[in-house]
Order: sequence, then structure tokens, then C-alpha cells
Amino acid sequence: MEQNKFDFKEIQEREERLAPGHRMCAGCGGTIAVRNVLKALHPGDKAVIGNATGCLEVSTFMYPYTAYEDSYIHNAFENAGATLSGVETAYKALKKKGKIKDDYKFITFGGDGGTYDIGLQSLSGAMERGHDMVYVCYDNGAYMNTSVQRSSATPMYADTTTTPAGKVSDGKPQTRKDLAAVMAAHNIPYVAQTTFIGNMKDLYTKAEKAIYTPGAAFLNVLAPCPRGWKYDAPDIIEICKLAVETCYWPLYEIVDGKWILSYMPKNKLPLEEFLKKQGRFKHLFKSGNEHLLEAFQAEVDRRWEELLTRCNA
Amino acid sequence: MAIKERMSGNEAVARAIKQINPDVMPAFPITPSTEIPQFVSNMVANGEVDTEFIPVESEHSSMSAAIGASAAGARTLTATSSCGLALMWEVLYVAASNRLPIMMEVVNRALSGPININAEHSDSMGARDSGWIQIYAENNQEAYDNTLQAYRIAEHKDVKLPIMICQDGFITSHAVENIELIEDEPVKKFVGEYEPEHYLLREDEKMSVGPYAISNYCMEAKRAQAQGMINAKQVILDVAKEFEAISGRKYGFFEEYMLEDAEFAVVAIGSVCGTIKDAIDELRSQGVKAGLLKVRVFRPFPGEEMAKALKRCKAVAIMDRAEGYNANGGPLGAELTAAMYKAKVSAEVVNIIYGLSGRDVRVNDVKDVFNKLQALAEGDNQFGEYPYLGLRSL
Repeated sequence: MEQNKFDFKEIQEREERLAPGHRMCAGCGGTIAVRNVLKALHPGDKAVIGNATGCLEVSTFMYPYTAYEDSYIHNAFENAGATLSGVETAYKALKKKGKIKDDYKFITFGGDGGTYDIGLQSLSGAMERGHDMVYVCYDNGAYMNTSVQRSSATPMYADTTTTPAGKVSDGKPQTRKDLAAVMAAHNIPYVAQTTFIGNMKDLYTKAEKAIYTPGAAFLNVLAPCPRGWKYDAPDIIEICKLAVETCYWPLYEIVDGKWILSYMPKNKLPLEEFLKKQGRFKHLFKSGNEHLLEAFQAEVDRRWEELLTRCNA
Repeated sequence: MAIKERMSGNEAVARAIKQINPDVMPAFPITPSTEIPQFVSNMVANGEVDTEFIPVESEHSSMSAAIGASAAGARTLTATSSCGLALMWEVLYVAASNRLPIMMEVVNRALSGPININAEHSDSMGARDSGWIQIYAENNQEAYDNTLQAYRIAEHKDVKLPIMICQDGFITSHAVENIELIEDEPVKKFVGEYEPEHYLLREDEKMSVGPYAISNYCMEAKRAQAQGMINAKQVILDVAKEFEAISGRKYGFFEEYMLEDAEFAVVAIGSVCGTIKDAIDELRSQGVKAGLLKVRVFRPFPGEEMAKALKRCKAVAIMDRAEGYNANGGPLGAELTAAMYKAKVSAEVVNIIYGLSGRDVRVNDVKDVFNKLQALAEGDNQFGEYPYLGLRSL
């Protein structure tokens, strides 16, 4: 794949494909993810955007307004993968018949609920069949559209409305599903995990690769939600940075089966630095709960070591 | 020149699909409709059609991909049965409300449980209010003919709704019968090219599909959708007339068999109608004025027309191959009885559940129904309180 040089200014000056005026919350990570992924479409290239039901859908395409500058389709909660696979196949069929001439790219967005949980089968099917499309999960670690219920992407011990921290509960008892690894096991040409770091180079580069690599690609973007994570909205970039520096959310890609670490923190920070900024982990810092922090740290360390082994780093 | 052949119902609709040469077909295997995607896959593998086949991982994804493909501008179809149709339930409504003219070959089979693979209408009847047009076939010939007419109805600018073409599992889908096929050229001409007005991949415009709509807009959208179904009635008749011109075969909302002067009538859907016709032939030779109203179009529901056709009858048995589980009978019984009331039809009416999970219906069973109808007309109800045909004692 031919990849353009990362030119921050040129990219930021590109026309918005997610128009302003939508109703997403101020500081929403999902919106940042969508805007920046769509910026990776080369100017002039056509695309059809798909979307699972969720905050993004109900806030960006509220009849009779749409925030999308490209053609867009929302179907239901659990079927963004299958839906876009149908669009992509129609493209193949119509192109073969000479009914359309232009080239199109296919990108679909889902939150973690629509991706890790209810939409996993549909996603898996679409990836396994190798449709030329990108599935982008904006992972905010819970069902935010319905008010912060736990999903399989929710980190352990998080206080959610269906795993509330209480007198006899420490929050979510289970650890987070590693969806990027699950997608890698599909042996698709491109899988990557990213978030909002610095000038968005990591996100941009990976989105561009995902979009322009022929075949199925999956992008997992950590996209904090100020309402669900309970932090001050302006802190989002700091929180993303801490997610990466603590190795809670490592940046990596899997290209044709080869695991590549995108970023090695110089000094791996203690997980607490990431957790203490967020109200959903407040209970972990009460005295007597030190063992929970230790257990969470151990889990993050174990996964980080495993990733380093996979990446041969 | 018509082509004389012999084939099963599944083969017949597969032949129709080949002649239509649609753009996209996502499908998932389920008995007894599995053969249809198999036949199409073979045609694809041998370059006999231009269709792109998507071997999806479930029926939910089958309908979801069909919605994507249809919204993108492709002539799209799928096939399913029973639990497969039930798994699609959520997205059936999405297909209809997005006004996507998808065709679905439904090979009717019982819903679980107990799990059973045989003919019953509980699957498509369960989806009767999902906004899809539903056309039922008595035999392979009708399944073929209905398939050829499907896109003309669904894609019509006054309709724009998805359509189910239904046939009975095994009895029709797998039994080999004589059939008269139409040559490729007249079919191609009759079906025509699909030229949607708006679609995702239209190069000179952009389009957003599947909005969130607040109450200010939703009800109008639903009323507009209802109008599509109302308009479908005339379109179905118009298309049938055109089809008659190329096939010589006449279709309407329903078929009337010896109904014109009938005093006692049975109303039914699907393959059982062949058996009913045999019973009527025997009864007529004995002087009984027996008749049949065979329902072809269930959605839109031609209630007024059916009631009118039954208005001279003394007693009518409405047969349902699906339980309503409402302590009141089956769906055809409920809707037709209501239509007859509205039309002030004074006939005695009984709703009979029959043929569940493939239970066989014999000519004698039907003759028994007509005998009891004669008694019912005289005020003697021999059907009992909640009639089931051919039920062994519990």
C-alpha cells in the first residue's frame, strides 16, 4: 500500500467528513475517533460509512439532518459488520455490471457494546469473509448510550450501572476482552489498536493503512467518555496518554499476521496514574482496597508482557 | 414457447432466480430452503449468473447484508425457513421501513419447539406485521410464477417494499411435479432492469439511510409505509395481468375454486389446497355445493375482496397452518372473520388449525370438514370448541 507522508497541517485542513452541528457530547472520544479516521480518507475518494446503533448514530443522523458528508447507513445494533459487507458486495456486483465507475471505500463504526458484545458474530463473519472494508470500534468501555452498563470491553473493577461498586461489590469482576487479538486470530491483513496521542499521527497512520489495505481491516480506538468514566472533559488527551504510558492500552498493529509494537513507553507508569483520574475507579483508592489495585496492575503487566513476546520487542 | 419440465419447488424458484439474474444474494443454510442458496452457488460457480453470493454466518446477518446491498442499489434476495426467519425478525422491520425491495424465498416450516423441519406457516405468519408483502404458492408452478412477479411488485415506485415468496416446506419445496417454464428472453423483458431512484452508491448524490427520528417525524414515516402496502394491492393485480400475457396463467389476490355458487366454503393457504380441490370434486359429484377460496396474497390483506367472494356461503371454514397461541385460533381466521363482519357476511364461520409440523391432511379430512360445515349451517356445531384437524386425542 502506498502511504502518504504524515503532514499534520495538510490533514487538518482537509474538509470535514463529519460535519459540525451533530449532537454528540462536548469532549466525546467517539466523535474525535470518527472525525480523525475519516480524515485518513484521501481527499476526493468516495466512501460509504456504516454505523451500529449507539450514541454516534442517534446523535449524528437525527432525521431530517445528517452529519455525514459521505453516503451513510445505519441498520441496527448488532449488524454493522454484516450491513457494510452487503454494501461492499453490492459495489462489487454493480461495478462488474458497469453500473458504477467510481471507486469507493467502506468504513463502519461501532461502539464497544455493538462490537465486542452484541455485534461480535456479525463482525467476525464480515472479517472472515474478507470484505474490503474497515471496522472501527470506538471503545469507551461500556454501553454509554443507555447510561454506562458494563460490556466485555469494560476494564476490571470499573463502577458501571450494572456492575456498581457497593458494600459487597468491587465493580466489574471480570477482565476486559482483548478484541484486537480476537480479530488478529481471523488472519485478516490489518488489525491495529490506537488512541488519541499527540498530533494524532498514530491514529491517522493506522486509519489510512486500514482503509487502503485491500481486504478486511479492524481498528480498535480507545475513545474515552467523560460521562461514563467520570473525568473532566478537557482531560481526555491526558487520560489517553496515561492509558498508553501505563500500558493499559498499548499501541500496536498486526500486519499480515506480524505483530508490531507501535510505541514503547520509556518509563512504564504505574496503572494508578491512569485509574485515579477517573471517577469509575474511585472505590479502588479507598483504604483496604490496595489488593484490588495490585490485582489490576498484575493483569495489565501480564498482558503487556504477552504483547511484548508477540511483538518480539 | 413454454418449456415443459419437471422439478421441485426449490428447483423452480432457483430457475426463476437464474432467469432474473439478481445482483446480490446473502444466505444461510436451513432446512428446507437450503437447496435454493446451493443452486444459486452452483450457478455462480459455473458463471451462469452475475450474482454475488455472500455466505453469511447467520440469518440475522443474511437480512442485514441484504439491507446493506439493497440500500446500496443492488437487486437483492435471500432465502430462509422457520427459525432462520425468526432470527431475522428485528431486521425485517428495518428492511420494510427503509423501503427496500428485497425478495425473500420463504420455504415455510414450523418454528421450534419441538424442533421440527416440516411444513407449517408459523414462520412467515409470525412476520405478518413486519411490513413485507407476502405471496403464497400452492405448488412449484406458482412458486416459480410468483418469484418472477416479485420484483415488479416490490420495486414499483408506489410500493417500494420487501416481498416474501412463500411455499410449503417439503410438500412443495422438495416434491417433483410438472411445471411450465417461460423462456429466458420474455422473463428478462418482463422483469426488467432495476433502476432505483436513490441509493448509497449513486455517483451523483450522497445518501444517509436508517435515521434516528423523534416522534415529530416517525408517525408520518410509518403512515407513508402503510400507503406502500395499500398501493401494493393494485400493483399486484396489474403485474398479474402483464404476467398472464407472457404465461397464459391468471393470478389475483386469491383463487376461487367452485366458489361462485358454493354454499359451503373452505379458505386455506398453500399446498393443502390441492387436496381440498380433490375433496370438492368428489363432493360436487355428490351434489354438495362445496367451494374453495385459496389465499395467494396475505399481505396486503385483501379482506374486503375475500369477504365479498364468500358472501353467498352458508358456512365457511377458515383453515390456519399456524397456531395463534391466543386462545382464539390462527391469524387467517382472526383477520378474515373480522373482514367478513365488516362486510356483513352472515355465514357461519369456524376457524380450524391443521397440518402443524407437517401433519398430513387427507381428502377424507377435508370431506369431513365440509360435512360438519353442512351441519353447522343447520345450527349443529360438530367442530367442538377449539377445532384441530387430524389431531390424535391428547
